[in-house]
This record gives sequence, structure tokens and C-alpha cells, in this order.
Amino acid sequence: MSQLVTPAKAAPSRGRPRRSITARRDNRAGLAMVLPTVIIIMAIVIVPVGWNLILAFQSTSFTTIATNGIFNPLTLDNFISVLTDPSFWGSLGTTVIYSVTSTIGSIAVGLVASLAFRRPFRGRAVARAFMLLPYVAPVVAVTFVWQIMLNPQFGIIDIIGTKYLGWAHPIDFLGKAPFALITVIVFEIWRYFPFAFLFITARLVGLPKDVEEAALVDGVTPWQNFRFIVFPQLLPVISLLSVLRLIMTFNKFDDIYLLTGGGAGTDVSAVRVYNQLLGSFDIGGAAANAFVLSAILAVSLFIYVRFFASRGEDD
Amino acid sequence: MSSRIVIQTRTFGVLRWVVIAVLIIATVFPFYYMLELSFVPMQDLLLHPDRLWVPIQNLTFATYQNVLASTSSGGQGFAGFMVNSGIVAIATVVVTLAVAIPASYAVARLKFFGQRQISTLFLVVYLFPVIIIAIPLFVGFSALGIRESLVGLTIVYIAQTIPVSVHMLRSYLKTLPVSIEEAAMMDGASRLRILRQITIPLAMPTIVSTGLYVFMIAWNEFLFALLFLTADRNLWTVSLGLSQLSNGIEVSKTVLMAGSVLLTVPIIVLYGFAERALTEGLTSGADKG
Repeated sequence: MSQLVTPAKAAPSRGRPRRSITARRDNRAGLAMVLPTVIIIMAIVIVPVGWNLILAFQSTSFTTIATNGIFNPLTLDNFISVLTDPSFWGSLGTTVIYSVTSTIGSIAVGLVASLAFRRPFRGRAVARAFMLLPYVAPVVAVTFVWQIMLNPQFGIIDIIGTKYLGWAHPIDFLGKAPFALITVIVFEIWRYFPFAFLFITARLVGLPKDVEEAALVDGVTPWQNFRFIVFPQLLPVISLLSVLRLIMTFNKFDDIYLLTGGGAGTDVSAVRVYNQLLGSFDIGGAAANAFVLSAILAVSLFIYVRFFASRGEDD
Repeated sequence: MSSRIVIQTRTFGVLRWVVIAVLIIATVFPFYYMLELSFVPMQDLLLHPDRLWVPIQNLTFATYQNVLASTSSGGQGFAGFMVNSGIVAIATVVVTLAVAIPASYAVARLKFFGQRQISTLFLVVYLFPVIIIAIPLFVGFSALGIRESLVGLTIVYIAQTIPVSVHMLRSYLKTLPVSIEEAAMMDGASRLRILRQITIPLAMPTIVSTGLYVFMIAWNEFLFALLFLTADRNLWTVSLGLSQLSNGIEVSKTVLMAGSVLLTVPIIVLYGFAERALTEGLTSGADKG
């Protein structure tokens, strides 16, 4: 053993001076190359996050910030009013329902889609490219089309419903309480199943063939093959997707703001923070609200990763 | 048992086509509907709301003329919005790539102080809710006087697209063989020269697709445009313009549908390119040559 180690150790020590010059040069070059990135991220992301925390502890408006900068007196009032406001908890409940159901839905649809596309067929490449349209298209354009499609007066969905499906009245999908939340969830599934589809398809391509071939010889049914052979191998990517999608939908703003404006029982947290900021100019309240939400998200993610995801990890 | 296999194979065989058909309708129909309605006058839509196919003689381009024309000539000014969106998106792509290419090279190739922390930093940035930075940026940019400007918006987009660009570029640079660079190092080339003359040409396909991806993010972005630019119509991006005008009742919905086609088409076209660039990005054999 020691005989094997010695020459390996001796070699670098002989070339050491040259190497450390290169190392020092690389260190300098590396730092110089990442510096602009770090500066931008610091200035536009990290500093604002810190500032948000300070704002959350201050009773501020645009005028006091203009005169005093960041040096306003500190207070816990914002947090107290956020946490004692029943509408905060209502909005949090809506956000949880929205993010959990649309995460599960988009992953389920993405899974079904990638299984359906697994075996090649004529035109698969084109069909696959279509699948990604909802995900890449501008959110403002697709929410606008959905609004028109779901319009109670001339939208195609209500026309079909009342004409062919026997609905007594057109349904106000985006303006009435139970429908609006269901609609924004369906929209979210529609828009983000392609994301799950991409991830799961990539994993499916990489699955080893021999296991399934052996199982086929043993006479497993297609369902058993999926349930006991394919699905377990997809679990790591599915748990990764769940985390990513949960974070993204929990903080979602655009889609709901554009579809319903947060009305009719769709008052999710990000829209609420926006309305606090620009509707009532309550900067401190909005900052405290945003901070509490991030904290809730961070804690639940920590618990999730700690107790559930780590078991399915394969890295 | 074998009959169960047969039954299941048949059922899934049929279900598979049902799923594919439903998914294609669900993903394509809204875009077809968008395109169709963008060519009809509003009265036609109210008259025949159930029409899914418009006779060719009833199609009109007046919607596009109206949506593109400037407000001074009675239109909606989307041509101006497209210029704004284009400026912001292109500036974002240029700066983001200029900053992200060296950074991703350093993270992929060089050992330097704080290398690990950089990756963590990016993950953190990715996970932070955008709304949490929106509040301080709104306040801070107002104080600096750059909130109501395309420059302010571009700065935010750059910060938002750098992490994902570094991630995309880094994973690709890691697959490039080190041996080419080592040969150049022997010849005494500096890291910057290697980056410029060897790595960038080799990574061109990925750089292109990263650039297109960044363009798409910047072109599609809505929240910060809304926060920063709502007050000044001359600065509106296409996304902001469409959302602002669709809230009102003054502008006909089919005219706005033409606007949303104008918003969507550049993205669909670029997406076509990006998909190809991604698959062409494999530089197998570069090591041998």
C-alpha cells in the first residue's frame, strides 16, 4: 500500500512551484470572470431581499422612505397586523390549495403524456413540439385567449356547453367563486404540464431496457410493468419536479392576476402582496406579508426535503 | 393471465391515441382560436360565436392595421410596444451573455476562492419569490429615478436571467473535453484567450440557444413591466400593452387578439430555432479534430 502511495505523493511535490502559479492565476482569472455576475446578483437580488426584511420591520410609506432612506424606526406592527388578519390566512389557504393541486395535476398530466409519447409514431416530433406551446408562449397572450374562450357571452366553451352539453346557463368561469379557482388551477396544469413532460420524457429515454424486457418475458401485464418497474424508477424525477413546481406555483403572480385579478376566491398570496403594495401603498405590510410567505415556504420545503425527498434521492 | 395481457395491451393501445389526440387539441386549439379571432371584426364574433372556421372572404386585416397603428393615428400603438419589447429583450440577451459566459466558464473550469458558494447563490436566487425583491426594487429604482425607464427594466431582466444562463452554459462547458484547452495552455495562451478563441466557438450552439431562451424570458415578462412602466404608455412592452388594454372595454377584443398574435409569433418562431439549436449542440468529435 504505502509503496503505491509514495510515488503518487512525490510527483506533485516536485512540480509544486509551477502548479501553484497556475493555481493562483486560475484563482485570479476565476474571480475576475465571476465578478460581474456576483455584483449584479448582489445588487438586484440579495440586497433587495435584505432590504425587504428591513422594510417589513418599519412603518413606511413612499414619503418617509424618500426623506429617511432605510433609517426609519423599527416596529413589529406589520407582522402583528399580517398574522392577525383573517384574510391573510384565507389567502394562504387558497394559495396552498392552488399550488398543491396544480402541482399534482401538472405532474400527473405530464406523466401520462410522456408515457403516451414513449413509443415512436409518425409525426411524434411535431406533436411533441406542440406539447410545449403552452409553456413557451407569452403568459399575457395565453391568459387573454383563455379569458375570451371562457367569456360567458361569446366564449366558445360556454357556447359548446349550452348548445351541445345541455348547460342551462353559461358559466362565468372566471368571475364566480368555485369556478374561478378551479379554472385557474386547470389553466396552471395546462400551462405547466409540458415542464413535467420534458423532465419525465428525458428520464424515460434514459431507463435501462433490459429490466423491462426481462419482465416482459416473465409475463407482466402493461399495468404491472408501469406500476412496479417504470414508475419506481421515475420517482426521483417526480419528487424533484414536485419541489420545483410547488415553489413556483406558491409564488405565482402573473397567471392569476391576469385571469381573475385575484377576485372570486382566487386571492393567492402573491396577488395579495401586489395589491397591498400598489392598491393601498402599504409597503411595510406588503414586505412583511412577502417575508412571512417565504418563511412558510422555506420551512415546509425544509421539512419535505428532510423527511420525504431524501429517501428517493439517487443523485 | 395471457388474456389479461392482451386486454390491457389493447386498452392502453387505444387509450394512448385518445390521450395524444386530447393533448394535441388542448395545446393547439387556444392558439388556433387566437389566430382565427385575430382576423375577424368584433361584430362577426358576436354574431357567430360558435364559428370555428371563417370563410375566406370574411377575413379582415383591419384588426392588425388598428392594433399596429400609433395612437396619434387612431390605432393602439403595438408597433411601438414591439420596438420597446425588442430593445429590452435584445439588450438583456447581449448583457446577460457577456456576463454569463465568462462566469460559467470559471465555474466549470477554474478552481477559485468561493466557487462552491457561487452555485449556492444561484440556487438561492432561483428559489426566492420574485415578489419579495419586487418591493425593494420598486422603492429603490423610484429613488434612483430609473423605475420608469427601459433601462431599469433591462437591469432587472439581466439579474433574473443570469442564473439560468450560467446554469445552461456551465452544464454544457463541462461536457467539452479539457484536452483542447490544455494544448492551448501549453502554447502559453491566457484563460481569457482560450475562452475567446476556443471555448466560445465550440459552445456556439449552446450560446445561441441560451440567448434565445433569455430573449423569450425577457419578451414574455410581465410583473416588472407592470410594476415599473404602467404610468407611461410610450414605454409599454407588448405584454404590458395587451394586458392594460384588455382590462378596458374601449378596444375591441378581436383587435387585441391580433395584438396577442403579434406577441406570440416571435416566441413561437424562436422556439422553433431553439429546439433545433439544442439538438445540434452536440459537438461529438471536436476532441479528435
